[in-house]
This record gives sequence, C-alpha cells and structure tokens, in this order.
Amino acid sequence: MTLANATVQSGRLGPPGSPESRHGGTAPRINRHSGTWFLVLPALIPILILSVGPLLYGIALAFTDAQSGRTRSTQWVGGLNFQDLLHDALFWDSFRIGLVWAVGVTVPQFVLALGLALLLNQNLRMRWLARALAIIPWAMPEVVVGIMWRLVYNPDAGVLNETIRDLGLGDGRDWLTGLATALPAVIVVGVWAGMPQTTVALLAGLQNTPHELHEAAALDGAGAWRRFRTVTWPALRPVALSITALSFIWNFNSFALVYVLTNGGPGGRTRLPMLFAYEEAFRYGQFGYAAAMGCVMVAVISVVLAVHLAGRLRGGEDQ
Amino acid sequence: MSLRTSRSARAGQYVALLGYLVFLAFPFLWLISTAFKPARELGSLHPTWIPEHPTLDNFRQAFDEQPLLQAAANSLVAAVSAALIAVVVATPMAYVMARRRTGLTAAATGWVVVSQAFPFVLLIIPLFLILKNLHLINTLWGLITVYVVWALPFALWMLVGYVRAVPPELEEAASVDGAGRLRTLVSVTVPLLAPGIVATALFAFITAWNEFFFALVLLKTPEKQTLPVVLTHFLGAEGAAELGPLAAAAFLATLPSLVLFAIIQRRITGGMLAGAVKS
Repeated sequence: MTLANATVQSGRLGPPGSPESRHGGTAPRINRHSGTWFLVLPALIPILILSVGPLLYGIALAFTDAQSGRTRSTQWVGGLNFQDLLHDALFWDSFRIGLVWAVGVTVPQFVLALGLALLLNQNLRMRWLARALAIIPWAMPEVVVGIMWRLVYNPDAGVLNETIRDLGLGDGRDWLTGLATALPAVIVVGVWAGMPQTTVALLAGLQNTPHELHEAAALDGAGAWRRFRTVTWPALRPVALSITALSFIWNFNSFALVYVLTNGGPGGRTRLPMLFAYEEAFRYGQFGYAAAMGCVMVAVISVVLAVHLAGRLRGGEDQ
Repeated sequence: MSLRTSRSARAGQYVALLGYLVFLAFPFLWLISTAFKPARELGSLHPTWIPEHPTLDNFRQAFDEQPLLQAAANSLVAAVSAALIAVVVATPMAYVMARRRTGLTAAATGWVVVSQAFPFVLLIIPLFLILKNLHLINTLWGLITVYVVWALPFALWMLVGYVRAVPPELEEAASVDGAGRLRTLVSVTVPLLAPGIVATALFAFITAWNEFFFALVLLKTPEKQTLPVVLTHFLGAEGAAELGPLAAAAFLATLPSLVLFAIIQRRITGGMLAGAVKS
C-alpha cells in the first residue's frame, strides 16, 4: 500500500532478467520492448494527459490569478496567492479544523479498528456477522453515510436524542448545529465510516504474524499484553504505519461526509480545507486562490508521507 | 485457574464484539426504520425502532419528488463505462508492472501513491478547465473520463497483485510450446486473471457509483446528475415529512453497492492487501 512496500515486493518477486537470458537473443528482446509499449500506452496516455498533466497544471495555477468566466487572459502573479493565504484568517481556521478532524478521526479509528481486528482474529462465534457488518460502511456511498447520520442526530426524530430521553439524561440537543457539538459529532461519523479499511488491513497483518511465536511466548508464560507487545506488534507495525498514514491523508482530503452532514456549519466550525477550497473555486470562481490552498494541503500531506517513510526505514533497521 | 481466567476473558471479548456490532449496525438499521415509517410517526417525539405502521409511501414520494430513475440510469451508465474502460486499459499495464522491472514500473508505482495523496481540489480545477475547453462539462462523458483516471490507480494496484499471483512459469511453458507473446497473454494469462479482473471492475463500479465530489462539480443540470448528487437535493427543506423520502431514497441508492460488495468482499480485501503485506 506504499511506495516502499511495492518496490520492495517488485524487487523480490520480479525474476530479474531470467527469461531473457534463457530464451532470447537480441531480436526477441527488441520485440519484447515494443510489445511492452503496446501494452502500456493505453493506460499511460490517459494517465499523462488527464492525471500527471492536470496535477502539474493545478500547481501552476496556484501562481496565477485564474478565475472562472473571465474574459481577460490569466496572468502570472508569483507568490501573491500564498501571501494572501498567509493573511487569510478564515483559511487558517479551516486548516486548523482540518488537522483536528484528521487527527481526531485517524487516531480513534486506528485504536477501534485494532481492537476489532484482534477480536476478529480470535475464534469467536458471530465472527462472520461482525466481519460482514464491519464492511458495510465501506460499501456505502459517503452521501448516504452522511444522510444516515443526520437521521441519527436529528433533534426530534433521531435515535440518539430518543435514547438520551429514554435514559433520563435530559432532552438531548441539536448535535450538528450546536457550536460545541458539531465538530465532535462529525468526527464520530468519520471514525465510523473509515473503520472498515483500517480493520481489514490490520486483520490481514494479524493473520500474517507467526503463529508459532505466539504459542512459544504463551508457553513461556507471557501474558496477553506482553505477547501483543513482543510478538504481534512488531509483525503488525509496517501495516499499522501504512494504514495510519493513508487514513490520515484520506481524512485530511475528505469532502462528501461533512458536506452532507453540516456543509461546513455552524459558523464554519466544521469547514474542512476541502470544503473551503471547493467554495472558493466553484462558488466564487477563484481558481488560482483555491489551487494555492490545494498546494498548502499537499505540503502537509508530504510531511506526513515523509514521516511515515522515515518510520518505515527506521523499523526496517530494527529488524 | 487458568481456565477460569480465559473464560472470563472470553466473556469480555464477546461483550466487546457486541459493542462493535451495535456501533456498526445501528445507524444503518435506523436508516431502514426511518425509510418505512409513515410521516405521522416521524413527526412524533418518541420515535420507535420498529415502525408501528410500516409503509411504502416514502418510496413513492421520493420518486415523485426527485428524478431518481433518471439519476440511477446516469449513475449506471457512468459507473459501468468507467469500470469497463478502466479495467481494459489497466490490465495490460498492470501485467507489465508486475512482470518487468523498469524505470516505468517504478514511476507508475510512484504515481499510484501520489495520486492517492493529492487533494482532489487540486486535480479537479485543471480538469474542469480542460473539460470546459472540450465542451464536456455537464456531460456524462466528461464525468466518465474523470472516473477512469480516478479509478486507474487502485485498478492498477489490485491488478498488479493478481498478476503476481499467476506463476510466470505457466507463460514460459506456453512460449516454449511455440505460442507467440500476445497469444500467451490472451490464452494463458487472461483466463487465469479473469476473477481478479472481474473483482477489480466491480470495485471500480462501486466507487464510481458512490462518488460524489467530481459529480457535484461537473454535472450542473438535474437530468444529468448522478444518484449521490440528486440525493443531496432532498436535504434542502428538511421537515419531519421529508425525512422519510430522504431515508427511502438513500436506502435504495445503497443497495447495488452493498450487494456487489458482498459478492466480491473476499477478493477485494485480498487484492488490496496483496501488495501491502509481506509475502
């Protein structure tokens, strides 16, 4: 799931040049290469034109005054958009909210998913049911997840307030429009929605841990916690790091869930950077400025990826 | 003694599992419950889990209020086209990435990772401008184009894993028997890959069916919009009477994804992790 992983794998599994040396002289080798291009081009062309090109174009736009529906041609403005961003208090609010959201979702998500994965790795009855249910949020459209939780949070007809009333804990509240409750409420939804991917990844990692080591440690009288720390965690660490970095990035870039739940309200308390940039670009038509916001988000994500890769390398040295 | 502790630990595990089950299931059950409740029950201050007078009125009303059939047809066209094109285009490239170790493979792997990390907003602004020049804004073809490019990274990722699972010796045997390179691919490799290709296509279908952001940006008129976008139109005026149709439409929109996901669940999780877990 990461660059490091994939290259390690291709290095190990790819038979380096062995077929060529066995079967081929020069002529088949040339054939091979022309064949390769023939196989690669159908994907490579759209990737270059519609992904790599636009990504570079998007970064370039951040240094222009591009706007929608304007007749005057677009000008280079250098770092002006970034200077404006620096003084844009609303953007930094949104940025801070984005970080709180991303950390607030990723960390509980990881802890909960780890617990669920450990349970699903046990020989429990009802495991199949839990596995099936754990996948549901993954299959659902994000818009539906948002709608569903709006129904749960609904102040009158919602099940949450009804449960609170039943338990005699008061009248409940309007979770998604309260200034104090909106962000925590959407974070809970984020945790719920992202749990499957994390759980599945961790479960696969667990099933990869050496079973004999577990038994040996148990025979030596190691308790559950020590077995987890000395046997399970070292084997799980690479997967755990990868999935945590990935879900942080996914969450930081998240849009649809919060768009449906609160649309950034109340008073901007849940306005994630993606929502902010979307409004800037497609409501106010400030393409250049929105692209600059995107670039700042890329910077944050790059830092996360760098820390992640550094962590992986360090982990590799330990072993 | 040890038996006793393990028994109490077991009980604790079941309690924890039950907690997870409740947390994961209750929002979905509430959605279903709301979808079948008559307006009077939805307006009451003490909603129940099981509708006292279950009704299909909400479904009827949902179809009356929004062009759901049209939206479902749009979603279907976009998701099927995107999934088919993505798989047809990605399979040969995934084969090369899995079998050859070239600079191209490394670059493509790097692109897969970068494209996962890039904020969509930085991608959609230039794509919006490009598609506008091609007059593809507010068309399904514009959306399909974006979906193909968006599906390619994970399609490549999954397919590379499936190709690696096919032993190269089989292909070598075929080529020793005199089969040409293309023939080997078509008659040996592709049939072995078929289940993986199907799983990848279905996964691409599900993600395109569920997608919201690109559709929101690119499709302007209601008759062109896909299901997730049309669903958000229910959100405007949300009185008690509107909750039922909202829940009904949301429930229907989820069914195709859920059914397909259930079918391919094992292959998906296997395929996605093929690259992530050390072998």
